[in-house]
Amino acid sequence: MGMTMSQKIIAARAGLPAVEAGDLVEAGVDMALGNDITAPVAIREFRRTGAGAVFDRSRVALVPDHFAPNKDIKSAQQCKAMREFALEMGIEHYFEVGEAGIEHALLPERGLVLPGELVIGADSHTCTYGAVGAFSTGVGSTDLAAAMASGSVWLKVPAAIRFRLAGELGGWASGKDLILHIIGMIGVDGALYRSMEFCGPGVAGLSMDERFTIANMAIEAGAKNGIFPVDRATRSWAASVSGRRYAEYEADADAEYEATVDVDLAAVPPTVAFPHLPSNARPIGEAEGVALDQVVIGSCTNGRIEDLRVAASILRGRRVAKGLRCLVFPGTQKIYLQALREGLVEDIVGAGAVFSAPTCGPCLGGHMGILAEGERALSTTNRNFVGRMGHSGSEVYLASPAVAAASAIAGAICDPAKIADPAGGRAAARPRDGRGGER
Amino acid sequence: MSETRKAAPIRGKAHKYGDNVDTDVIIPARYLNESEPAALAAHCMEDLDPAFARKVGKGDLIVAGRNFGCGSSREHAPLAIKASGVACVVAESFARIFYRNAINIGLAILECPEAAREAQAGDELELDLAAGKVRNLTKGSEHGAKPFPPFMRSIMEAGGLIEYHRERLARK
Ligand code: SF4
Repeated sequence: MGMTMSQKIIAARAGLPAVEAGDLVEAGVDMALGNDITAPVAIREFRRTGAGAVFDRSRVALVPDHFAPNKDIKSAQQCKAMREFALEMGIEHYFEVGEAGIEHALLPERGLVLPGELVIGADSHTCTYGAVGAFSTGVGSTDLAAAMASGSVWLKVPAAIRFRLAGELGGWASGKDLILHIIGMIGVDGALYRSMEFCGPGVAGLSMDERFTIANMAIEAGAKNGIFPVDRATRSWAASVSGRRYAEYEADADAEYEATVDVDLAAVPPTVAFPHLPSNARPIGEAEGVALDQVVIGSCTNGRIEDLRVAASILRGRRVAKGLRCLVFPGTQKIYLQALREGLVEDIVGAGAVFSAPTCGPCLGGHMGILAEGERALSTTNRNFVGRMGHSGSEVYLASPAVAAASAIAGAICDPAKIADPAGGRAAARPRDGRGGER
Repeated sequence: MSETRKAAPIRGKAHKYGDNVDTDVIIPARYLNESEPAALAAHCMEDLDPAFARKVGKGDLIVAGRNFGCGSSREHAPLAIKASGVACVVAESFARIFYRNAINIGLAILECPEAAREAQAGDELELDLAAGKVRNLTKGSEHGAKPFPPFMRSIMEAGGLIEYHRERLARK
């Protein structure tokens, strides 16, 4: 029997000729990631293993992003513990505030994750890197500790669900709408323990930034990982971020899938997930008019350059509605600079929105945009659980950067086609000055 | 953890919750600027059941529906539950990162859809983790649960993932 793409990568890194769904294997890790919340726990556990050094100084990445720049004394202590450990162990990929950003935007940008690699991270959205054809999955702090000590991780080989994409997204629909639409179809445990493998002719029309957004939210369907095939766009992206060699894996023709879901991209509307689950997805037409107190654009889901371009294209020359707070967070310092060069920051700030340093910030109710009781936000992030962005009596709606920007102008959830060029859509994601931006 | 597995069955009172209990309500992010288990336990389940920390007793059980522990990878969630004195979480199914975190840190968990659906708050349950059995003493019923695969048992028998690796490193 053939193997899925994820199974092939796991088999290769476990040193086995073949694996089957359900097998428990110990696999080598190409990169192990921790952040300022999960690494301090992992460091404590790492000490208990008795290992004097990490398995490979170039294969551990530590990123202060959740509560950094330090939001309070306790957070400062956590960041300090991580910084000191990185220094002590000589960890090459420790990123200080000023060079860092949100981990899942940062690692690919730095070329630290390439196709065919096996990555674990003590952060559930580590599944983001499936966008480039890597097997990557979120684990806990103890797993990270064990991986830092041993260079390996225990994995149960996942079964897979195949998502066959056809056609092209139309209008203002984007990768974010596609993944919200899919989670709405299959539910928050619709892919529990499984791989979501995306394939089909529709993949070619998705930009790398969109693939990152889609793979990022695989965990919101309960999946172990989400993964895209390696194609021309992936290869040219890989060449732009790293000179390292990498391996390409493809699913076998007779790979076994538990289910196949066909998606016609042209039929995916701009989609909004209502509180308090990402699966409460509704087409924009059924969401319009919900009044908002805050709009957040950013995060590891939608804080990339294309997201900022789309948001800026709608905000430019318009004003954020009176009484609404609009906060924009670029994913990394590099994205920040690119946004400056392209004039996006001016469009965003000029419209009356806040443009901040890269941080997870409000995404997890950390800092810089916490909601009060009864407040309602629309956010381009990935989770809308009870209390996610603040008070347990607040509400979060999830949507794309286009819907977010249009809603910030309208003061209520709004279809971007009603404010901006109805046909403009994804063209707004292209670079304004011809630089950067893989399509 | 090895003690709990090998020792007499766990017997405790059920605290019952629904589907998709996420780690944001198990331990809200506002408390993640520290990681001391006892401090976390004080806020365990706070955004779902503010009274939980006060009413939970040592040896009690959490019984829940599908996809328990979904959301973030924070190990603070099973740590908070374990430090609250909860002896085991019984659910219809677990989110995968929570599942592995629980095994890795030594919080007993059991997947048993029938028992999880049937149990009501306050029911007295008896769990035999080795044999994979759940008895509801209040209702007088018994259900089979999925026993753990040998590889996971070896982690649990070592006392958790760190102990497992410590033994292996020591042998090298
Ligand atoms: S941006 Fe949000 S979802 Fe992404 S890593 Fe940070 S807290 Fe997690």
